[in-house]
Amino acid sequence: MTLSFDVTSDGETEAVVLSGSIDRDAGPQMEAIRSAAGSAAVLELDFSDVDYMNSSGIALLVGLLMRAREVGTTVRATGLTPHYQHIFEITRLNEFMQIVEPAERRGGDHGKP
Amino acid sequence: MTRTLEVQESDDMAGDDVAPRSPSAVPPPMPDRRPGRAARREAGRREPAPTAAIEVRIEPADPLLAFLQQTSGPVPIDVLPAQSPAVQSLVEQGAQMVVPLVAAGELVGVVALGPRRSERPYGRNDRRLLDSLARYAAPALRLGQMLREQEREARERERLDQELQIAQLIQQQFLPSELPELGGWHIAAYYKPARAVGGDFYDVIPLEDGRVMVVTGDVTDKGIPAALVMASTTALLRSTAETSSSPGEVLRRVNELLIPQIPANMFVTCLVLVIDLATGRTAFANAGHNLPYVRRDGRVEPLDARGMPLGLLPGSRYDELETVLEPDDVVLLYSDGITEQHDPEGEMFGFERTAGLVAASESGEDLVHRCVAALAAFAAGVEQEDDVTLVTLHRGRGASYQDTVRFAVPSVQGNEREVMDRVAAFVDGVLPAERLENLKTAVSETAMNAIEHGNRSRPELQVEVRVRRTAESVVVDVVDFGRGLTQSPDAPDIDLKLAGVQPARGWGRFLVEQLTDHVEELVVGDRHVVRLVMAVGDGSSPEGDA
Repeated sequence: MTLSFDVTSDGETEAVVLSGSIDRDAGPQMEAIRSAAGSAAVLELDFSDVDYMNSSGIALLVGLLMRAREVGTTVRATGLTPHYQHIFEITRLNEFMQIVEPAERRGGDHGKP
Repeated sequence: MTRTLEVQESDDMAGDDVAPRSPSAVPPPMPDRRPGRAARREAGRREPAPTAAIEVRIEPADPLLAFLQQTSGPVPIDVLPAQSPAVQSLVEQGAQMVVPLVAAGELVGVVALGPRRSERPYGRNDRRLLDSLARYAAPALRLGQMLREQEREARERERLDQELQIAQLIQQQFLPSELPELGGWHIAAYYKPARAVGGDFYDVIPLEDGRVMVVTGDVTDKGIPAALVMASTTALLRSTAETSSSPGEVLRRVNELLIPQIPANMFVTCLVLVIDLATGRTAFANAGHNLPYVRRDGRVEPLDARGMPLGLLPGSRYDELETVLEPDDVVLLYSDGITEQHDPEGEMFGFERTAGLVAASESGEDLVHRCVAALAAFAAGVEQEDDVTLVTLHRGRGASYQDTVRFAVPSVQGNEREVMDRVAAFVDGVLPAERLENLKTAVSETAMNAIEHGNRSRPELQVEVRVRRTAESVVVDVVDFGRGLTQSPDAPDIDLKLAGVQPARGWGRFLVEQLTDHVEELVVGDRHVVRLVMAVGDGSSPEGDA
């Protein structure tokens, strides 16, 4: 399933709800997200509806992180399954993205529609 | 055959006035090189007869023998051939009458009588009485002789059996008393020395690193000398296996150790396999032994490794080769006792017949039975020429059909998802949820590499996937036509990547290694195999060094 995404912004945080697969084919979408985030203070990626992520997708996330670091954007991740949390740990992506438990997000105002 | 008739007095028959001095009966024609010894001892134990016993030995060449065989009834001494040494002896001892004891057409004994107590000559009635006595006595005597002979043979057989048993017991000290049950592998063995003991040997040695060493060998020569060399070779192999798990190195060391102690003109052929039971990866080296056969996918091929027999040349080195024994593969290790056995027409059993048996086998056990039966039928009526040793290895009864699945997908990008899902469906419930997710990602990454790199995304090439689940593990093989990783790049490092020093890509292999318990790469023929192993149950979680 190709990746789709939905961006909402509250001025400070760009919240991106991702849906589908983060793999080789997700390059254009990732590029679009990067543009949409611009130089926001916080970019929050919601992985709750991501059904598949592979090493190509991780490479795209690394690319996104590089850009975010350049412009001083903080990146957060939410909605990760335990498995993808584990992968973020072994790749040390978690050291550059704050992992936020999905429950915390859902309890707030920015939960998914 | 020497044949001596020994005639002596028998008290049993004394006591009437017909046989006043000594109706002397007995011992039989002995088909023995020590005739009559027992009988003489017996006589010696007896109460002394009231009168001297008549003792006569009739040598095989004595004309008396031929004479008595053609006679029936009592014969006066003066009718007997006078030139016979036995007759001369009888005359000297005062014998007057001789009664041959004939049963079943065979002279079984002689009764010799001295003069009557009344000192009158033997009359017609006496002779008639002696004649009918002989007719009754002869069959009884023959029966007694036969029983004694049977007993003697039985005792002899028992003695030989005992010696055989002891010799075999000694030899068995050096052969495995039982074969280990190796998770999902089956080892069967058959050993039949040509003599009581032989020079063939086999052994199954568990190694420190968890692998198993399987050894077969053959000492030139048979019998006790071969058994002794076999014993010391086996001991050397065992002790060397404690410090080396490399087949080539084990052979090299045992050769050096054997040379100072092996008798001249003897040597030892020996084959060593070291098997990783989890993966089937098998290293082997050969010191002049028969090449084992392996049956895989319906084909039979030899595991070809060659080298100098042990005990001949100091400094011999042994090439080490490698193969992978897949589930359902059967391997036959054998000595030349099977291939070089001749049939009654002089034809050898040969390699082709042996390989044919391997092709037809259903299991290792079955292969042993087939070989034994085929060899017995082939060499019916012919003596076993040499020791026969058979060892079979059969991988994967544990992984029965429903526990194995194979499929293939065209090398099209994206198909790694299909591979992942099918593997996941097959092993569903075998692994805990989180470990299943790890395997799924690892499978997907591996399949992606096979599609993109191994098969260069050429749709006409298939990526083959084999999945096995056993009680111990889940094993996934992903097979492509590539040559494997050209030396893997540096381990991916996020700091370096973010700094632009490493490319953003290059996580695949790293993830596979982190997410599985074990990964290995094999090259089998023109195929490249990546094997992923996940222990079933509460295996160590591959948390890595995050």
